[in-house]
Amino acid sequence: MGWETVIGFEIHAELATASKIWCGCSTEFGRAPNTQTCPVCLGMPGSLPVLNRKALELATRAALALGCRINRPTQFERKNYYYPDLPKNYQISQLRKNLGEGGFLDVKVGDSTLHVRINNVHLEEDAGKNIHPDAPGADYSLVDLNRAGTPLLEIVTEPDLRSKEEALAFMESLKSILEYSGVSDCNMHQGRLRFEANISVRRQGDDKLGTKVEVKNLNSMKTVLKCIEVETDRQIIELESGGRVVQETRLWDEAAGVTRAMRSKEVANDYRYFPDPDLVAVEIDDALLERIRAEIPELPDARRKRFVEKFGLSDYDAGVLTADKDLADYFESALAVYGANPKGVANWMAEPLRWLGEDPDRDIGEYPIKAAAIAELVKLIDGGTISGRIAKDVYRAMLDGEGAPAEIVKKKGLVQISDTSAIEPIVDKVLAANADAVEKILAGKEKAIGALVGQIMRETKGKANPQLVNEMILRKIRQ
Amino acid sequence: MEFTREDVRKIAVLARLDLTDAQMDHYAGQLGRILAHVDKLGELNTEGVEPTSHSLRLVNVLREDEPRPSLPNEAALANAPEQELGCFKVPPIIQEM
Ligand SMILES: [Zn+2]
Repeated sequence: MGWETVIGFEIHAELATASKIWCGCSTEFGRAPNTQTCPVCLGMPGSLPVLNRKALELATRAALALGCRINRPTQFERKNYYYPDLPKNYQISQLRKNLGEGGFLDVKVGDSTLHVRINNVHLEEDAGKNIHPDAPGADYSLVDLNRAGTPLLEIVTEPDLRSKEEALAFMESLKSILEYSGVSDCNMHQGRLRFEANISVRRQGDDKLGTKVEVKNLNSMKTVLKCIEVETDRQIIELESGGRVVQETRLWDEAAGVTRAMRSKEVANDYRYFPDPDLVAVEIDDALLERIRAEIPELPDARRKRFVEKFGLSDYDAGVLTADKDLADYFESALAVYGANPKGVANWMAEPLRWLGEDPDRDIGEYPIKAAAIAELVKLIDGGTISGRIAKDVYRAMLDGEGAPAEIVKKKGLVQISDTSAIEPIVDKVLAANADAVEKILAGKEKAIGALVGQIMRETKGKANPQLVNEMILRKIRQ
Repeated sequence: MEFTREDVRKIAVLARLDLTDAQMDHYAGQLGRILAHVDKLGELNTEGVEPTSHSLRLVNVLREDEPRPSLPNEAALANAPEQELGCFKVPPIIQEM
């Protein structure tokens, strides 16, 4: 009997607010350390937290987009633990009355749909950042509290995933929903979207779940996938050699490519959750709930359908394009420049897609060719200025940063020859040298024309208009 | 309400307090009496009463998402026993939570 991996996720996403969750400090990324703090987020005695309305609304929007029912009222609790990046010595989070519960996300994996259950969606605050000095022998750490108190959405799934492929499809789909709904910018490089994986293994066919291990410190989707592979192997080896898997939290060691057990603490985690007396309950009434529901922007599924209906794309192509919001935006901004041929533009999305596929953490914003340039390229083809073949060369030059399409075409003299008198001598020469092919065409084997067109294209270095060449050949041999 | 030295020891560890055995015995007695007092509430009939987290009859106290000035770095670090590079300097953190 083989083994089966069982995976669940805990996802943290920083919400797209301008200020922190309990105070007015800015959430802007990358400023000088400890310049975005105040008595509230420093945990000074006597300061009082007040909930950021936008944080509540964005979190509710996410909960609704993930099909959760909204708990009314919802309330905040203190999760007590000591850590230098947590100035209050407790994190304000939720436990008994989470904002949203019982949701799901339907994820496309290949041709089938996987139903991933969401246990709950809740609102909490982020911690500060610990900096470990590189200096050899440095026996201290530094703490920057700029991030402390940034509104954080936590999404907890049920253990419904069974493979790396499913995990990747889920992560991408969830990221897509959060981006589409404007809940978070999901910038993984800046740690604004973070995944923690709960991984266990069991014998294929077993109903009972194995002992799960929680893995933290996974900084990218690629790392999550690597970690699933490594941790699955570790657990299987442990079990097959007669050992057992211990329920624990492990840390991913990026340099070594392994997970490591965290040193067990003196006392097992005892967070002593209790309702935060500084915060009153939140009761989202029907009117607000309906307004938030109405504010959910077009989600990937709806956009895919629109791409099919409005642009005439296949369901598959539309699905691929809309899975990544930024890619879909890229495509649509190309159409804003040249909207006459959506399918033509869609065909040129294959390259950026391939590029994105090489690394799940890549962002289309970093792709060397801008959307408007793709639109221009397609326009040049449709207008008969260049052939599809030449367009590929132009594209390569664009990738190399040689300039805008029209500029490259001009600079390299790639304009398509549509002047019959310029092509005629070449057509005559090729026809004279291929009498047998001419015979075949006259005998009804029109397919033989392809080889002739190919030769003429080569002679003209791809610049002849292939449609025109085709017509000229037929006209000439039938004369 | 019985409160033992072990109970106090557990709470002391969670609260990062370093207590002597004598202190633990002393507090065990005090904490036991406090809890016994609070236990009196249990004598009330609370059937049909919703649990409440505080006595204010308030819900939805919210603020708008408008950034406001923060403290200058020096003020934020004013109480820090040690600092470096604009940060709080703390004993080495060996592992992430
Ligand atoms: Zn603050």
